[in-house]
Amino acid sequence: MLMKPEQEEQIRRTVDNPKIQLAVYSATARLKEKREEAVASEALPEYQELRTQANRIKKHTLENLDVYLEEFEANVEAHGGKVIYARNGAEVADFILGLARERGVRMLVKSKSMTTEEIHLNQRLEHHHLEAVETDLGEYIIQLAHDRPYHIVAPAVHMTRQDVADVFEKNLADPRTEEPEKQAMIARRNLREKFLAAGIGISGANFLVADSGAVCIVENEGNARLTTTAPPIHIAVAGLEKMIPRARDLAVFLKLLGRSGTGQLLTVYTSFLSGPRRGREADGPGEFYVVLMDNGRTRLLADAEKRQSLYCIRCGACLNACPVYRKIGGHNYPGAYSGPIGAIITPQYEGIAKDPWLPFASSLCGACAEVCPVKIDIPKILLDLRKEVVEDRAVHGGGFVERKAFQMYGWLMRRPKLYAMAGRIAAKMARLPGAASIGPAAKWGSVREVTLPARKSFRDQWREREKSK
Amino acid sequence: MPARVSIFVTCIVDQVFPRVGMAMAEVLERAGYQVEFREDQTCCGQPAFNTGYREDARKVAGHFIRVFRDAEFIVVPSGSCASMITHHFFDLFPKGSSQYEETEYLAPRVIEFSRFLTEVAKVDDVGARFEGIVTYHDSCHALRELRIKEGPRRLLRKVRGLELREMSAAEECCGFGGTFSVKFPEVSGGMGRTKLDSILATGASTVVSIDSSCLMQLQGVFSRAGAPLKTMHLAEVLASR
Ligand code: SF4
Repeated sequence: MLMKPEQEEQIRRTVDNPKIQLAVYSATARLKEKREEAVASEALPEYQELRTQANRIKKHTLENLDVYLEEFEANVEAHGGKVIYARNGAEVADFILGLARERGVRMLVKSKSMTTEEIHLNQRLEHHHLEAVETDLGEYIIQLAHDRPYHIVAPAVHMTRQDVADVFEKNLADPRTEEPEKQAMIARRNLREKFLAAGIGISGANFLVADSGAVCIVENEGNARLTTTAPPIHIAVAGLEKMIPRARDLAVFLKLLGRSGTGQLLTVYTSFLSGPRRGREADGPGEFYVVLMDNGRTRLLADAEKRQSLYCIRCGACLNACPVYRKIGGHNYPGAYSGPIGAIITPQYEGIAKDPWLPFASSLCGACAEVCPVKIDIPKILLDLRKEVVEDRAVHGGGFVERKAFQMYGWLMRRPKLYAMAGRIAAKMARLPGAASIGPAAKWGSVREVTLPARKSFRDQWREREKSK
Repeated sequence: MPARVSIFVTCIVDQVFPRVGMAMAEVLERAGYQVEFREDQTCCGQPAFNTGYREDARKVAGHFIRVFRDAEFIVVPSGSCASMITHHFFDLFPKGSSQYEETEYLAPRVIEFSRFLTEVAKVDDVGARFEGIVTYHDSCHALRELRIKEGPRRLLRKVRGLELREMSAAEECCGFGGTFSVKFPEVSGGMGRTKLDSILATGASTVVSIDSSCLMQLQGVFSRAGAPLKTMHLAEVLASR
């Protein structure tokens, strides 16, 4: 069994839930369409060239990551900031908790960050009575609902405005409304006081720019800008792989990120943050930290082929393009990352034995690779991971019947006469009563009709035809 | 122009859709080729490769190479199997191995059926007649690995009596995906139903593709849903008169 029965049941429930299906399908269709328009050759003639460049820059950076990390750190410190290395989520949380304790901080605000989702930062902090408030509208809704993000770009994509009204009604004092604009206003009003009271602002990072020692953040709501400037302390938490060498590389990535994610030419806000407030500057935090998190990434770096999984700029385009994501939604993926990118990085971070079904949950249609702005060959990595699962199971048990079946297949397919005979027998067996209720035929037949093998194979028909000539 | 072509009748066509193989041979003959079928052929190894069984896939791929190594052209009624041979055999054999080198020699001569017609034989009109409204399903590997998009449509447009209508989700996967279809039947079936909706919206009565596996999936979904739709391989349409 690749998958636990509960997981299978959960997936079935999602596929059978018309409300979720409609919400996810239409939202992803919108994003998909907008992306297509934004990268069409009339709109962006250099699109393919940009993808190639982005891929090349990421490849180069990761191959020389040690150099760029050093450069980044030196530049951050030259601006009065500080770089902290964290091996895992616990170390990230420890650093934040320690600092909060020292500065007497009880509450902090956060802007959208998948990296902190990955390590369950909020739970870790809350466990130590440090309140962390999400300020991105989607994340705020998710937090109030005690839910988890459904999509790496659109966290509350599975919720209707009625759902949001329910959540707000239950958690906030404001009168109920189902109008998205009014809901946004309510959120904004409730968050304003949090921004003012927060002792620390935590952000993620879209890019770490080595030659400037800067953190680049893109967003649409302005909440990240507030998170990183209003509180006295700003901490950016980022995976090591977010590094790019030079500020001018942003010209490539920013053109791709907005367009691939939401079809925007640029997101509404692009912030370029380097160091704390200086001398006569009007705003900005008094302290600036960048936490560089590993959490499995260096292990991935060691694999020359699969390393490209780290090129990801979290645009979400592969989710919107993925017919499997669009069916099973975000919550059936273990880990913070869903869709094709989740299917390749979660098994690499957590080890393939944990959720061995993940790399198999794909028809290998390749739609993800086609839209990926940094050209990650996702299907190839899925195939490599499948191979690893099979090898792992050969050693540690599991998958016995399938393994024997493929051994048999490998043996039979090199013996054309036996293969032909087996085919003739199978065509007869398939017509026996009850044949449709066993093995793969039953699985096939559970959702669609079975096509029986032909009574006479091509090779048999061909032989007759040649004889009668 | 080569007078002789070899056909690789994929295992699914051989066992489940022999009429597709026969139709392909007929169209090729009509286009002036002498068609040979090498009896020792079996499969390309894709089922094992896609499921992670590289060792078993390698054995089958090796057999394929042995059977076809001296053929001038190998025409394949499937984008997926053609792509397995021309792209993924390279993932199976280590660079520098004799089989890798043989693949380098073989791959350029392995050609998907519609591409063979439009790019090697250079015919768009094979003299077919088919009455009906048809929509074309882009099979994923043909579209994204082999970059086949216009060729089959061009061939269809030349068929007398045939009206080609595009569906909105032409490029969306049908949900087959090999062993995926039985490992995740609900998801696979759901994908097929999404495709069905898009097909129904065109008003077409027949769905055409260049991959029999997609068509088996779609036909299964149509029949279960009671949708009065037919599936046909491109070769079958082109063989009709
Ligand atoms: S894998 Fe590519 S398409 Fe998917 S989120 Fe990352 S960058 Fe975007």
